[in-house]
Amino acid sequence: MKVWTLHVALIAALLAAQFLLSPYLATHLARIMVLAVFAMGYNLAFGYSGLLSLGHALFFAAGMYGAGLAAQTWGVTAAPALIAGIAAGGLLSAAVGLLALRTAGVSFMIVTLMFAQAGYLTILYLAPITGGDEGFVIAATSRQIAGFDLATDTPRYMAALTLFSVALLTSLALVRSPFGRSMVAMRENEERSRMLGYNPFTVKLAALTLSGLYAGGAGAAYALLFGYVGASFATIQYSILPMLYVLLGGAGTILGPFLGALLMFALIEAASNLTSAYLFLVGAALVILVLFAPKGILGTIRERWVKWLP
Amino acid sequence: MAFGPFLLLALMEGLVTSATLALAAAGLSLVFGVMRVVNVAHGEFYMLGAVIAFAVTTMIPGPPALAFVAALIIAPLLVAALAAAADALILKRLNYDPEATIVATIGLLYMIQQATLSFYGPNANPVTAPFEWRIQLPWFGYSGYKLFVVFAAALVLFALWAFMTRTKAGLIMRATQVDHTTARTFGINVDRVYMGTFALGAALAALAGVLIVPIQQAHYLMGGDPLLLAFIVVIIGGLGSLRGTLIAALIIGLSDGVISMFFAPTLAKIIATLLVALVLVFRPHGLFGAKA
Repeated sequence: MKVWTLHVALIAALLAAQFLLSPYLATHLARIMVLAVFAMGYNLAFGYSGLLSLGHALFFAAGMYGAGLAAQTWGVTAAPALIAGIAAGGLLSAAVGLLALRTAGVSFMIVTLMFAQAGYLTILYLAPITGGDEGFVIAATSRQIAGFDLATDTPRYMAALTLFSVALLTSLALVRSPFGRSMVAMRENEERSRMLGYNPFTVKLAALTLSGLYAGGAGAAYALLFGYVGASFATIQYSILPMLYVLLGGAGTILGPFLGALLMFALIEAASNLTSAYLFLVGAALVILVLFAPKGILGTIRERWVKWLP
Repeated sequence: MAFGPFLLLALMEGLVTSATLALAAAGLSLVFGVMRVVNVAHGEFYMLGAVIAFAVTTMIPGPPALAFVAALIIAPLLVAALAAAADALILKRLNYDPEATIVATIGLLYMIQQATLSFYGPNANPVTAPFEWRIQLPWFGYSGYKLFVVFAAALVLFALWAFMTRTKAGLIMRATQVDHTTARTFGINVDRVYMGTFALGAALAALAGVLIVPIQQAHYLMGGDPLLLAFIVVIIGGLGSLRGTLIAALIIGLSDGVISMFFAPTLAKIIATLLVALVLVFRPHGLFGAKA
């Protein structure tokens, strides 16, 4: 019960934040929530199932281009475009999973990295369709949902919050379900769970596909809320960012991805006032985390004090 | 120009790519072979080699050849020192855990790249070649320096081969590669071997960077492409095998030269990356073998 209360309280706080923050900060927070959904998806694969992927930018970009191209080609509104993006992310992650899950560990990391790189290059290669390096802007008519214009502040924030809440509560329910337990079993001891009758390949494929659905949804939402689709979102950097958010907030915790995204954004925002080389912080944060706090913030809190944290 | 000479030009350009690629990939392969560490920051060591070469050649007055020789010595040494420090401060503390070291070297990549951006700036800067010398072929003239790069890389690779197979240090490194626990029981200081290997791998990448900088300009983002190509070479060639790395570097370099002259370079890269992914999926044992 207190688990659900905690998460609903966070959502309520975010709802209230909209009225307290300046439009500038509220837009930032909307962006953070969308990226947190991406990181939550990453966390399902990495934090819970132990699948360290270096290619999630591919699924994020699939959602982004799935939504963007659907809007551009057929002129659909935001809701069908979002569904197209989610489907694109899920399909692509299932396809990648079918091949990549034949490997594990370091090989899995390299294979996903290579697939993502091939995806990025394909976007550049198909420039007549995708706009290549420059990308394209989504038409205002496609950024409508139930009569609200996603290009304006309040609907954008509410849309981001809705997506974030659905993603948060779904992943909470998911990891507390029997299937969620079997995901953790894959992370902890694949051989033993195989002996107990689970098929590791199926469980991992399902986890990766779920993760791809999240990433696709986040990519589609990012495109629709901020109106731009570009190849830069398919670069390796967008595979690293969700990993960083998850590592910072705590791998295998429900709130970790959001906390990590929030803190990293604040850090980068503060640093980009000082220097143009703010990505240095991303690198330093990765090294420091992996050296001194591999469990992340919430992972450490859970270990020391709050045992019930999901 | 007729097709024949055009192909010859493409092959010669490909040979230059192969030469620097073989150096960089040999470093990557050595590090993975001995330490089981996938060094994602390897491309940044290459970039640092080029940037330090620029700094050294602008600081040292006198003939370009002298300054270039100085760069050839100073840049690999500095980069090796940096790599040794990274090994002691980061990799060793992670106990060389394969997954954790990948994350850490990604962090290292960003730190080196962004520090270079801060101190060196976003511009690409040229370095004058140590000598101006053109070979006049019947169809086109060709830069003598590019041929020198091929020759120098071959020389370094031969020296590396001799070092690994003919010296005691090489023997110790190979012993550590085969079984580091047994090596330790025989009194080998495995920590020092790891540090030396990581420094040597980085120095090879830096050397490739110095050699390439008179042809390409020194830029803080130049490490990305060679990293990807070196990965491809190392995976196709089989890890830890110097001969495999050399052959794969020749194949990839030459086909890169030919394909990007006749077809779209992006398409060539797409095919190469997919090929690597599929090799890893379907032939994991010859390649990433023991792990997994």
